[in-house]
Parts: sequence; structure tokens; C-alpha cells
Amino acid sequence: MYLGIDIGSSSSKVAILNARKELAATDVVNMGTGTAGPKAALENALRAAGAAREDIKYIVATGYGRINFGEADQQITEISCHAKGVSHLMKDVETVIDIGGQDAKVIKIGKDGKVKNFVMNEKCAAGTGRFLEVMARVLGCRIEELSDLAERSVHDIPISSVCTVFAESEVISRLASGAAREDVAKGAHNAIAKRIMGMCSRVGYEPLLAMTGGVALNRNMVKLMGIELGQPVIAAPYPQAVGAIGAAVFAYEKSERAAERAAEA
Amino acid sequence: MENKITSKQMLADLLDSHYRSALEAKAAGKIVAWATSICPQELLETLDIDVVYPENHAAAIGARKHASEFIEQAEGTGYSSDICSYARVNLGYADIRHSEAGDIPMPDLIFCCSNICNTVIKWYENLAKTLKIPLILFDMPFNHTFEIPEHSVAYMRGQIDHAICKLEEITKKRFDYDKFGEVMELSNQTCEWWKKATDLAKAEPSPLNGFDMFNYMAIIVCMRGKKEGREVFRLWHDELKEKADLGIGPWKDREEKYRVMWDGIACWPHLSVTYKTLKKYGINMVTSTYPESWNILYEKNDRNGMAAAYSANYANRNLDYGTGNVIKLVRDFRLDGIIYHSNRSCKLMDFRQYEVQRRIEAATGVPSVIFDGDQTDPRVFSEAQYETRIQALLEMMENNKAERQEQCKNSKRA
Ligand code: SF4
Repeated sequence: MYLGIDIGSSSSKVAILNARKELAATDVVNMGTGTAGPKAALENALRAAGAAREDIKYIVATGYGRINFGEADQQITEISCHAKGVSHLMKDVETVIDIGGQDAKVIKIGKDGKVKNFVMNEKCAAGTGRFLEVMARVLGCRIEELSDLAERSVHDIPISSVCTVFAESEVISRLASGAAREDVAKGAHNAIAKRIMGMCSRVGYEPLLAMTGGVALNRNMVKLMGIELGQPVIAAPYPQAVGAIGAAVFAYEKSERAAERAAEA
Repeated sequence: MENKITSKQMLADLLDSHYRSALEAKAAGKIVAWATSICPQELLETLDIDVVYPENHAAAIGARKHASEFIEQAEGTGYSSDICSYARVNLGYADIRHSEAGDIPMPDLIFCCSNICNTVIKWYENLAKTLKIPLILFDMPFNHTFEIPEHSVAYMRGQIDHAICKLEEITKKRFDYDKFGEVMELSNQTCEWWKKATDLAKAEPSPLNGFDMFNYMAIIVCMRGKKEGREVFRLWHDELKEKADLGIGPWKDREEKYRVMWDGIACWPHLSVTYKTLKKYGINMVTSTYPESWNILYEKNDRNGMAAAYSANYANRNLDYGTGNVIKLVRDFRLDGIIYHSNRSCKLMDFRQYEVQRRIEAATGVPSVIFDGDQTDPRVFSEAQYETRIQALLEMMENNKAERQEQCKNSKRA
């Protein structure tokens, strides 16, 4: 079996593939690098796959915490792993929009799931999951409720700030002047969609587009992204674990290649 | 046996003596000027005026990790944190007047040429005003057309002649036009040797590790009009040529696997980590836009040519020129990738970076990454973000290489 682990700043994700390159298990733990998260996700996934540590032939680590994960055979960036993961799950996708807790990236996929080109958010948390977390807090709801809240919106209220800190005060003053929570929630979603749209244009996006990362669990965000782009956008299956799945695919390929090379020798 | 001095030793000695002699000149009551990095220093050199370059001094302060003190001072007096950090370091230094990283004498004259950016105008004006000293400003509007328009050259020519009169007044000396000719000739030769040396990185493997170029840059900034400047580059050239002829690469302990260009200024406070991250993957920075920046060439005694050369400075030219130049670098240096430093300080360089990146990609297909940083402000850089971007670039370059090898194999089979 082959294992991919994606260690982010606030969560750890693990995926395991069996010998036929099929997904045997995934697990997501909401604790990131420097915590017990990676180990917990690893153990959960092994249990779900009915496997023991010795059954794992190869491990690829990715994500922000990849460097500190001693058990990996190799480290590969989350950019390559997302491209790989998406192309494993959805063959026809050419552009990936990944919005995680701390960063957002748009990746153009080439042949065999290789990265053709990518852009990542620079400098700040604008257009990331953190932005939505802050908005949910100001609107007094849980992050999971934000999507439904926005869907009930009847008026468009633009949130013009892209900076998370500015947007927070902008939202507070909107609410104070009587704006509906639903409309503000939708405005926040649109602000992200617009920001990501800029990144998509920079990378030169092509259909089909898929969304990954925690924010892809937000149905309304996926829908608004599609409206903004004027293209259908689909949420990837297991959106949070796509990086880990890509890492597991790499683990499979690396280990196969090593075996081939050994056979040749 | 006679010990031959290396260009690296010479570089260190020269920089030392450059700053020391400026301090001595000041102590002896001579005039000292502060000047921008790509200004017509020929005029100052002709009149024997000692010059220090705040950009170079700020870079040195940044590299020795002393920038914060000066940045905080400047911000404390009201300068915005959005202003170029070279400016903030220097404006802070003008108040504090001492740094562990080395001192410079305070100026009696400010000499500013806006062919590198607009920031320098207000920065230098403020210095002149607070220190109550004269300012000689060369106003060089941006060239929006590909060719340098005649009026731009005429405007600069007029300013050169005007500056000569002003300098005669300030120094109370006659301007010696014969000496001027000699300095012109020498400055051109220094630029030629700088270009010839940096061009040797076209060899594969490159004998030059581009982070060394960042160090040698201090001399092209500070000593362009001096014999010693020319000699350092000639010696450096000969050393690199010898290495290239023997097929020696940039490092003793590692092979050059990939060749990249670095767009923008170094990240001085994080120089070591930015360098080591590349080296660990065998990525050698073989060139940047800097060799072109000091390619200031004109005929001796041709003041119009001199005016054209200064207005044609790389940073002062339009997008088509900039992209054309980078495309040429990609081909001439056989680059595998490009690293763009999105430098919070330098609006001029960043403003067009996305578009440059897009055009270069379309024209050459070479992969690239952008990382956030700053030339001297240590706060605007994340090691983990840098590492991820460089590793992603590496993965793209690996894929390309593998594809090329595959194609090669297939065509051989066919
Ligand atoms: S770094 Fe940029 S903004 Fe600062 S002085 Fe140089 S050219 Fe001007």
C-alpha cells in the first residue's frame, strides 16, 4: 500500500492507495503541523484501510509541515500533489482552484497530472479560508453555516476590501448600518470569488475547473466561483484530502518505478 | 612565490577603502556626495568628489541584519512602511548616523538621477532639505516608447550641462574636460568588463554562481569611474574564463543541475537561506537583469551619447524592451526557470512583473515562480513560502527535463 500525507498549518490529511492504485482510505484531522494531528490522521487512515504500518511501501509527504515529517520517503510540494490528486480523481480537469485555510492557489494541469503553471496568493490571507472564518465569526455563525446563510441572500452587497482585516471592519459597519446578515455573507463569498478570478486569469485557466481544499465543501462558494468565471466549476470528491491523494499517487508511482528499475538491474 | 590576489580579495579590499577614503575625505573637509546607483558619476569623478551610494550602504546594512533599527527610526519619524526600504534605511541612518555594519560620511551634496525610479526624487529631496545642502537632480521621465525619444536625450543632455555649471559653483573649481574624457573612457571600460564577466555564465556549467554577482555589484555601483573598478572586473573575468575553459561549475561540492534567472534585487537580510535553498537542489542562478542595468555604453567625449545611455537605463524602458531582454536571457543563458522576487520595496520592478511573467511564459514556455520578499526589510519574507515555491519550480523543471530526455530517446530510436 502507498500513503500520502498532507500536513497543513491547521489540519492533517492522509490517503492510502492499495496495490491496484485504488483509494483504500482517507482521513482528515483538524490539527496541523507541530501537533498530534499528523500521527492521529495516519493511525485513523491505517485503521480504516485495515492496514498495518509495515504494509505501507512508500510514503510521500506534502504541505507546509512536510519538511518536519520524518517518516516520509520523499517530500513533494502541495502544488504538484494537488495537480496529481485531481488528475487521478477527475481525468478531464485542466485547472484546479485550491482554497485552504491559509493559502489559495490556482494550478494549470498538463499531461499526466503534471503542473504546467500555477499562482499562489501572495502577502496575505485575502481570498483564503481564513477570510471566511473571520467572516463567520463576525456574522455569529459556524463556518459550515455560512454557505446556507449566503444562499438566502436577496440583495447584493459588495465587500470591496480584499484585506481580511479591512473587510472585517467593513462588514461590521455594514451590519451596524442595518445590512442583512445573509447579504453580507454572500458579499464575502463574492469577494473571494473575485479575488480568485484574478488568479485564474493570471494563470490562464482552461475548462474543466475543479475546486479542492476545505473551502470546496462550501456549496455556495463553488457555485459563485462558477458564476464569476462563466464556466462550470465542480467540487472535487474528498476536497480536503486531494493533496494527500496526490501524494499517495506519487508514492505509488515512485515505488513502482523503483521496482521496475530493480527488475531491470 | 608571489601570492596572486584574487578578485574576491580585491573586491573586499576595494569596498573597504572606498568607504574609508570617503570618511577620510569628509574629515579633511572635502566635499562628499550621496548619489543614486546609476547616475552620471563621471561628473563627480572628474571633479574628484568622493561619493557614497546610499543604496549600496543600505544593502550592506540589510545583509548584516541591522536594517530594522533604521527602518523603525524612519517609520517613527513618519515615513510610510510602503516606501522603498533602501530609502527608509538611509533616511533612518541620516538621523542615527552610526551602524555596526559600517559608517558613511554625511553628505555635502545630493546627486540624484531618476532613471531608476521615482522614489529617489522625494527621498533625495528630503535629504537635501533636512540637511540644508544642495541637490542636483537629473529628472529622467520613463520612456514609454521602445526607442528612446530624441526629446528625452536632449532633456538629459541639458541637465548634464547644467549640472556641470552647478558643480563648478559648488566646488569653486573649473571643470576639466580632458579629464572628463578620460573618466568617460574608463567608466565605459568598467561596464564592458562587468558585462563580459557576467556573460561568461552562459557556459554550461556556469563558472559563476549568481549570488557572487550580487556581491560584485557593489563595485559596479561604487567604483564605475575608477581604474580599480575596471581591474577588479577584468581579473574576475579572467578567473571565470579559466574556470569555464576547464569546465568547472559554480560549486566545489555540488553540480549545476538547473539554470535560472533571478528577477529583481536580492533579499539581503535572507541572502543565505535564499541561496542555500537553491544550491541544495543544484539550482544555479546564472543571470538577472543586473548585467544589463550597468551596460552604460557611449563614445568618449560624446555627451549626447552619454545622455542617451543614461536615459536608456533598463529600469527606465518600456515593457516591450524589458520582456525582449528577458526572452533573450532565457535563450542566451539556456535557462530552465525564472524566479521573480516580488519585492515589496520596489514598485517600479513589481508593477509590471505579472505581465512580464505572462509574456515570457508565452514566448519561451520556461516555468517560473514568484515569491514575496523585500530587499532590506526583514519582516516581509517567509522561509517556508520561499521553500515551497522553489521546490515547485524544481518539480516543474524536473518534469521538463524528463520530457526532453524522453523526446531525445524517441528521436534516436526513430
Ligand atoms: S529599490 Fe526600487 S524603489 Fe528603491 S531606490 Fe531602487 S529602484 Fe527605487
